[in-house]
Amino acid sequence: MAYSDKVIDHYENPKNVGTLDKSSNTVGTGLVGAPECGDVMRLQIEVDPATQVITDAKFKTFGCGSAIASSSLATEWLKGKTVDQALAIDNMDIVEELALPPVKIHCSVLAEDAIKAAINDYRTKNGLEPIADNH
Amino acid sequence: MKFPIYLDHNATTPCDPRVVETMIPYFTEKFGNAASRNHSFGWVAEEAVDYAREQIATLIGADPKEIIFTSGATEADNLAIKGVYEMYAQKGNHIITATTEHKAVLDACHHLEQLGAQITYLPVNAEGMIDLKQLEEAITDKTILVAIMYANNEVGTIQPVREISEICHRKGTLFFTDGTQAVGKIPVDVNKDGIDLMAFTAHKMYGPKGVGALYVRRKNPRVKVTAQMDGGGHERGMRSGTLNVTGIVGFGKAAEICRLEMESDNARIIKMRDRLETELMKLDEAYVNGSREHRLPQVCNISFKFVEGEGLMMGFNKNIALSSGSACTSASLEPSYVLKALGLGDDLAHSSLRFGLGRYTTDEEIDFTIEAVSKTVTRLREVSPLWEMFKEGIDLNTIKWEHH
Repeated sequence: MAYSDKVIDHYENPKNVGTLDKSSNTVGTGLVGAPECGDVMRLQIEVDPATQVITDAKFKTFGCGSAIASSSLATEWLKGKTVDQALAIDNMDIVEELALPPVKIHCSVLAEDAIKAAINDYRTKNGLEPIADNH
Repeated sequence: MKFPIYLDHNATTPCDPRVVETMIPYFTEKFGNAASRNHSFGWVAEEAVDYAREQIATLIGADPKEIIFTSGATEADNLAIKGVYEMYAQKGNHIITATTEHKAVLDACHHLEQLGAQITYLPVNAEGMIDLKQLEEAITDKTILVAIMYANNEVGTIQPVREISEICHRKGTLFFTDGTQAVGKIPVDVNKDGIDLMAFTAHKMYGPKGVGALYVRRKNPRVKVTAQMDGGGHERGMRSGTLNVTGIVGFGKAAEICRLEMESDNARIIKMRDRLETELMKLDEAYVNGSREHRLPQVCNISFKFVEGEGLMMGFNKNIALSSGSACTSASLEPSYVLKALGLGDDLAHSSLRFGLGRYTTDEEIDFTIEAVSKTVTRLREVSPLWEMFKEGIDLNTIKWEHH
């Protein structure tokens, strides 16, 4: 199975690897997947409470190259978006951007789940209703 | 150093150039059908097959008449299991095998289950060995065959074949072993080991693909299998089909080279394997899978906890070819059933790499591999949330993971 150049680039030079302070009220953390399934993603966003703009995003991922690339790409897309705009990111956008083959679509689904989980964590911390899970 | 480095010798081996050289005339001027009894083309081919049969028999301490040529080990596995099941139907319908067998054995057993066979799948311990007491207890008066592999393809664990055959014969059942990974790599002797039937193949021992054999004992006891391929009655009626003369000639030469060079090859390979393993085990949270004591000399299987196998391989697969027990490398999404049978959790099974060294592996290649793998493991752990949690002292088992 050949990887696309974009997957290889994100794998070799992942963007925004790291950790934000998960106890902060302005940080939302999403931890999705399971070690038994071979992939775990942790995606974090830092939100400006006044503007609802995502000012920073970090990830760490245990998984194959496509999983690492999907989460790396997600953090790039998140930065500068408002929380509402971030909610609109669809896994198929990731599939298209990274040219993921069908067997790797679950990596993009996981990245979308991680975004939603991070947003919900942020919302819950700030007294808002979590967004319904549509998966 | 030539790239990519090949460290997947349990999957297949390159043909030894001496093997290829021996084969070449049999494609062109010596192209005869070994079954053509009435002209010289046939005689030349038959003579070549007889010679190869002898070379192969010598490697395993058998009589040449006991070698039945097949298309490979998968066919030989099928012929042994299905052939015994049909041939000994009057005696019983029970077969004993183990959970870590190759798919060719397990799926042949599943097939027979559909037809009414009783199959016992013995578990293995953490090293991949079956329990001899359990085996003995599982044998009934309906047991017609015990099918336990000689050495495992994923972790290299060597089963206690002599003890197994002793139990089988004391209890009056036949013993079949899938010798695919063992023959040519370690000394195998069908008489000393008490083997009644054994499958093996050329392409795991520096011979060509597409040719293998089933050893079928002729004396003490005389074993028979029902043919699974009907036709011209070749191979003493057990396997019809025009013989792959070219492949068989190569198989014979490969067997001879293995017999003569096994000792010196192994002395070299085991040193490199042990060095590779020692260096890689210097990484934190690295675990050798299977038995370190009862193991093939050229394989080692290591799990690097908190990194995923396919992701790991991507770090160097431009330069190094090897295999992982990770689900992502297989057609299914399940991680290696062999590693799981050894009691590894799915997470460790996902984190495994199999290094399979071979006749042409060099020290330089091992140096390169040690460095590339160590670097990639370290780099990916920096990207792994599990590694971070582990370093913070969080027990990953206490986390409620969301399975998808």
